[in-house]
Amino acid sequence: METADLIFRIVLIVVIFAISLVVAMYSTYAERKVAAFFQDRIGPNRAGPWGILQPLADGGKMFLKEEIIPTNATGFLFIVGPSLAILTACIGSAVIPWGSAIQIGGRTFDLQVTDINVGVLYIFGVVSLGVYGIMIGGWASNNKYSLLGAIRAASQNISYEISMGLSIIALLMLTGTLSLKEIAEQQHGFAWNVWRQPLGFILFLVCAFAETNRSPFDLPECETELVGGYHTEYSSMKLGFYLFAEYINMFISSAVMATLYWGGYNYPGMDWVAAHAGPTIAPIIGVVVLFGKIFFSIFFFMWVRWTIPRFRYDQLMDLGWKILIPLAIANIVLTGVGSTLLTHFGY
Amino acid sequence: MESLSNKRKVLEVKPLNFLERAYLPAIVGGLSTTMKHFFKKPVTISYPEEKREFSENFRGMHSLKRDEDGRERCTACGLCALSCPAEAITMTAAERQNGEEHLYREEKYAAVYEINMLRCIFCGLCEEACPKEAIYLDGDIVPADYLRKDFIYGKDKLVEAPLNQ
Repeated sequence: METADLIFRIVLIVVIFAISLVVAMYSTYAERKVAAFFQDRIGPNRAGPWGILQPLADGGKMFLKEEIIPTNATGFLFIVGPSLAILTACIGSAVIPWGSAIQIGGRTFDLQVTDINVGVLYIFGVVSLGVYGIMIGGWASNNKYSLLGAIRAASQNISYEISMGLSIIALLMLTGTLSLKEIAEQQHGFAWNVWRQPLGFILFLVCAFAETNRSPFDLPECETELVGGYHTEYSSMKLGFYLFAEYINMFISSAVMATLYWGGYNYPGMDWVAAHAGPTIAPIIGVVVLFGKIFFSIFFFMWVRWTIPRFRYDQLMDLGWKILIPLAIANIVLTGVGSTLLTHFGY
Repeated sequence: MESLSNKRKVLEVKPLNFLERAYLPAIVGGLSTTMKHFFKKPVTISYPEEKREFSENFRGMHSLKRDEDGRERCTACGLCALSCPAEAITMTAAERQNGEEHLYREEKYAAVYEINMLRCIFCGLCEEACPKEAIYLDGDIVPADYLRKDFIYGKDKLVEAPLNQ
């Protein structure tokens, strides 16, 4: 690997890390603002103009809070839990293609940290690891509520990972590759996968809600039954890590959703833009488009949170096992039959 | 059995049809409802800067009134303290000296007059008990503070500002 390439990659890693943290930070602010607007309120507006310094104030508060480790908690695992949660949340962004190749000073760079040929599998692995942070934290707290929350998180994630995987399989049958970069490139212009896989997208969306523990599937931290769920015993920045991990997860899953189904950095008329804006500006516009899609998706997460009440636990399991999995399998069959027929008749 | 009041209503529970069971149309309906609220004007009143209009008989902070010549009306009879169900009012009476006629209307006045705003329930009985029309609960909301002792309001806070002449 050349030096320039290496430097660019390191810069890219730092930038993406910073962006995901900033996006997560401002997602907490956006969540409160969006919630307020949905409920005819104003929301935080005291810290800075329109309250835009609110995340900093919240962060400062989190750092200054007293750090409590319960006497009967397993000390080491109690700290590993939130660390693991935020670590797995952050490493998911490594395989996401943020834009097409960009030309700077005659050199071409990929706007992607690493293009591994099993990108989709990598994302899955990271998402599955994410639940360990919650489980370890809930277990190490030595608290019944925390343990119940952790158990719920584990069984919920396992159940929904199956239908998520099955809905992805239908997509992979069409793309024929596991590399996220190739999947993004295949959706050039307006040929987004969501037009070919609407049912698959809805299944993936529902599962993404469940995987990120967002409402209506936020049972692991269901405050009416479980006090705070898996983070009942946590205080200070360790609690902050858990809350932060949820928002980073939301950001990453929005990015994955945009890449897999909504065309990633592709948009209608991109060839015309590329011809007129040149090889440096055009990819940047693509990045902006991708972020627009991500932000809308994050907004959708919040929109749903403030609309739909929480599921009951048995309803959650019913939905996952009796509805989503059969639908996902039916979707695979439909996709297989459909694509075979289309190929047969020469499309 | 025939119901006596004839008001019994038999509920008919129909099984959900396919669209209702599919759940998604209902979610879309819910999302559109919340989106309507998203663009509605907030009903929030940003309190310290913006104040809700009080009703005419709103009872707020007390004020000790002056008469038309700017003299304190209170004669320290203690009826307000006696009528107070929360025992929030205390006072110390004093005799008016010569040359103080422009300050106090009656021959006896309240040298110290204190209301504990944490005890006060803003019932307005002091206002009704007062024979001299000296106390009215016509002020604003009592502001928040940090220490209990700062909620005991003396004459410096209660007596109306002197008339501008």
